[in-house]
Amino acid sequence: MNDPMIRLEGVTKRYPGQDRPAVEHIDLNIPDGEIVIFVGPSGCGKTTLMKMINRLIEPTSGRIFIQGEDVTRANPDELRRRIGYVIQQIGLFPHMTIGDNIATVPKMLGWDSARISKRIDELLELVGLDGPTFRSRYPKQLSGGQRQRVGVARALAVDPPVMLMDEPFGAIDPITRDRLQNEFLRLQADIRKTIVFVTHDIDEAIKMGDRIAILREGAQVAQYDTPQHILSAPADDFVADFVGAGASLKRLNLTRVRDVELTFWPTVAIGAERAEVLSALRASDKGAVLILDGRQRPLRWVTARDIERGDIPLEQAGLEPEAIVEPQSTLQDALNLMLDSSHGAAVVVDGNGGYLGAVDFATVAHAIQGMRVEAREQLRAAAGLGDGGAAAS
Amino acid sequence: MILGVGFGEYVIDEWDRLFTLVVEHAQIVLMSVAIAVVVGVGLGMLTYRTERPRVAVLGVTGVFLTIPSFALFGLLISPLGLGTKPAVVALVMYALLPIVRNTITGLREVDPAVVESAQGMGMSRRRRLARIELPLAWPIIITGIRVSTQILVGIAAIAAVINGPGLGKDIFRSLARVGTPTAVNQALAAVLGIVILGLLLDIAYLLIGRLTTSRGLRE
Repeated sequence: MNDPMIRLEGVTKRYPGQDRPAVEHIDLNIPDGEIVIFVGPSGCGKTTLMKMINRLIEPTSGRIFIQGEDVTRANPDELRRRIGYVIQQIGLFPHMTIGDNIATVPKMLGWDSARISKRIDELLELVGLDGPTFRSRYPKQLSGGQRQRVGVARALAVDPPVMLMDEPFGAIDPITRDRLQNEFLRLQADIRKTIVFVTHDIDEAIKMGDRIAILREGAQVAQYDTPQHILSAPADDFVADFVGAGASLKRLNLTRVRDVELTFWPTVAIGAERAEVLSALRASDKGAVLILDGRQRPLRWVTARDIERGDIPLEQAGLEPEAIVEPQSTLQDALNLMLDSSHGAAVVVDGNGGYLGAVDFATVAHAIQGMRVEAREQLRAAAGLGDGGAAAS
Repeated sequence: MILGVGFGEYVIDEWDRLFTLVVEHAQIVLMSVAIAVVVGVGLGMLTYRTERPRVAVLGVTGVFLTIPSFALFGLLISPLGLGTKPAVVALVMYALLPIVRNTITGLREVDPAVVESAQGMGMSRRRRLARIELPLAWPIIITGIRVSTQILVGIAAIAAVINGPGLGKDIFRSLARVGTPTAVNQALAAVLGIVILGLLLDIAYLLIGRLTTSRGLRE
């Protein structure tokens, strides 16, 4: 197993005049290339713990290692140039252009201007902004979502192995936030940074985290595990309470349609005889038949009544399938659409719109059951190894 | 308003001398402001983060501004003698408060998130101040410098009581000769010169402020 990218050893922060330490003797390993979320109620010390990693807050005692090197006594400014830092308010420098904002750390490290200029365009493209358009603009000319992207680009400027993100999507409206989260996950799939991400929102933690540390007061780690395990097997009542009701529903957000076994509804090709359609319907236990066009794309849902009416051609009878998902959609999206659909089924299609199967109640119920069994088995296996499951990966 | 008899002719006759006085006046004001900027911005930078020194500096410079100018010039005669030197010292004292206060206000109004992100990126304390905090506080600081300059353009006239340079000389001369035919013209020309100098400097500051403020900060 690889060495962890970041290792905390007995890290403690005690403020004068307070009887209890803000952070008390934390040991934690943060693996290379993962997003680790610190989540917990306000005042639990999660931000303090994160800020000790780049020593914006100096630990009272304990040691911090990055890539095996003890950085507890390193020059803090030099240390911070090696660690990307993104905060909720983003903190772009309003008097500098977007280009100059991004160039801040490269300039401090003495890069030449041609290299900096190339890097600015590269980074803006990476976060989905057009370089030539945006590099000469000022922060006030950008929307909240654009500023957030620039904040990420600036933190990535010198390609640091580690990024610290303090509620980076906290100040953004819910719709934009969802989009930025998805974009960030796609970006992370390419760049594989080691990321420490602080949030108070358990749903965000579940969505963004490879691993979640649920913290209680004093930054005590209540559970440190993958989102799946935390949802399936909360370590104690505190974690269960914090995860909240509906853990099963939240788990649906972690599962993709491609990972579950699809249900097959009866289908017929367009142009089939009514008798043939009717017998396909009778042969199944479902209430409707899906008519597919010549390229296997779902066209109409028809019921026995539609078939027997006879006055409307079949390709115009019944209802248009509106609940359509792709294999990479989450089970939660599928469930949502399914609940709104007329026959209780979401149609799954491939990238070309061709029919692959359907998601219905039976699919979802089966998937949840499967996850529960799997989690229980993994826990049992981990317990058998005697390491509590936290370090298994 | 009653213009003195032959005011136009007086100005034309005395043009060269008046012009020299205006230049002298502008020189002593700008020199004093320059010293006050160095001292005042420096004091502001040193004290804006700490409560007690900040209150002390604002208190002391505030007291300077309440000393009647006539008295202050007089008081400086015994340690510094007559002429330009004591005049500049007094003017610097008057200029300090607006500059120090605006420097402190400007630096304290910088968004803490901006400072934190600068620190989190590894900018040293000194670099943060020079590259981030001072440029962001600059529009407020230059407003303070502008106010100080306006105050000094008026007060500098009083420096003539201790043989200081500038248009104040003509005002005091005319006061000494109240009742003579040219007394009113002489005072009037000097006052007008002071007002015009004030306006010109004010316009200059507007231009400088605009040119030296980042486009990202302007509305």
